[in-house]
Amino acid sequence: MAKSNKPIIWGTFAAGGELVSLIMPVLILLTLLAATGHVPAIFGYEKLHAFAAGWFGKLAIFVVLFLSLWSQAHRLRITCFDFGLRADGLVAFVMYILAALGSVATVVYLARI
Amino acid sequence: MGEKMSRRPYVREVPPTTWYFRMPRYMRYMVREVTSIFIGIYTVIMLVGLMRLSEGPAQWQSFLDALKSPGSVTFQVLALLFALYNSFTWFNVAPKALPLQFGEDMAPDSVVAIGHYVVWVLLSIFILFWAGVF
Amino acid sequence: MSDNRLAARQIELEVLRYNPETDQEPKFQNYSVPCINEWCVLDALNYLKDNLDPTLAYRWSCHMQVCGSCGMMINGEPKLACKAMLRDYPDTIRIEPLNHFPIERDLVTVADDFIAKLKRVKPYIIPGEKRVPTEGEYKQTPAQLKRYRQFAMCINCMLCYAACPEYGLQPKFIGPAAISLAHRYNIDSRDGGRDERQEEIATDEGVWECTFVGACSEVCPKHVDPAAALQQVKAASTVDWYLEHFMSWVKK
Repeated sequence: MAKSNKPIIWGTFAAGGELVSLIMPVLILLTLLAATGHVPAIFGYEKLHAFAAGWFGKLAIFVVLFLSLWSQAHRLRITCFDFGLRADGLVAFVMYILAALGSVATVVYLARI
Repeated sequence: MGEKMSRRPYVREVPPTTWYFRMPRYMRYMVREVTSIFIGIYTVIMLVGLMRLSEGPAQWQSFLDALKSPGSVTFQVLALLFALYNSFTWFNVAPKALPLQFGEDMAPDSVVAIGHYVVWVLLSIFILFWAGVF
Repeated sequence: MSDNRLAARQIELEVLRYNPETDQEPKFQNYSVPCINEWCVLDALNYLKDNLDPTLAYRWSCHMQVCGSCGMMINGEPKLACKAMLRDYPDTIRIEPLNHFPIERDLVTVADDFIAKLKRVKPYIIPGEKRVPTEGEYKQTPAQLKRYRQFAMCINCMLCYAACPEYGLQPKFIGPAAISLAHRYNIDSRDGGRDERQEEIATDEGVWECTFVGACSEVCPKHVDPAAALQQVKAASTVDWYLEHFMSWVKK
């Protein structure tokens, strides 16, 4: 039996899972604060735009979105199987296409800033 | 081997869509997996925010305003709870993938787990500071 | 000190019975068994077979958590019957054969699938450097021993397979114990057989079928922590994959 190619995705799942676990709660807390009227200073247009315009900001935003997209897409694929959706090949294709499109979109939007 | 034994093994099928109701630990696992739905949708929201940011100040402001709708706030509260659940389950099992050996002895799982919690708290406080919350 | 330590207790056993010669499907049969509170479930079954119903079939051997024969579902949880103490259970106990395995008869399951998988992963030392006995023994430091010792505690009782939902859903999955044992030899300093084992376990029906439910480690009676072994195999296989595909010049 041939060795699996799943490590490609699992690498992003492990790295993404680690990053998401460490920072996702505080990121959600930030937008939740903004949504309830306590807008954090970083969400000022000038400030956030300046952050996203710098190379470090671009890199940070790309890494967070890329790893989050791929790790969650992979886990969603498994979740679909666990709920009884046995068309794993199709589910995997859809999930990974979505993650790839999201990754490309991230690069495009970052390039425009 | 002489006379054949009458073998007729009985196979109990696992119900493919409802198996996780059989044990509480399966339910806990499924909750962990379902966090990906909320975190995935939230990631898409962040991506939309990035798009709005690239479009200009007015578009960015409309994104912030859209965050305030009751539906959005409800979703974010749920997403926060699921994200926390994901984080805790991740930290608790991280030692399994990361065996540490200090000298002769293997380090107890708690070393890596507690390390994760410490980094998580420090990083969260740092990001809150950086974002100007304090 | 306590009067009820050896107290008699009437236990209702609900045992799943299946006779391949007469039954279309398994059905529960109830027995009222006079027990002692200090007994384990296996003692209750032995009393039942000796005194109430000699036709009941189940496997057991050592009665001391070493042989791994008496695994069964006890109140829905995979357990060794010799490790399940009556004092920890209510007066009614439901006993079924291990989940995810075909029932041969009563509480006896068909273990052929597990045995075949165990053979596939070559759970024995394949020496890295071949030597003849006159060249001396293969030496190992205590630190090297401790890296794999935990995974060497497996007694092949198959409780982890009965707990693993992914094995239930995908019976081709090589499963927790076999992959843990492969890992046990892979990280043994005397072993050189990892490449051969990876051909079996770094596959879609090997470690990549695992979704890290973690149930295997929760039910393991010997604290082997198969879930840890499998995550370590995944991590190592991922490093392998990236090395093989992006840095093939690193390896000779």
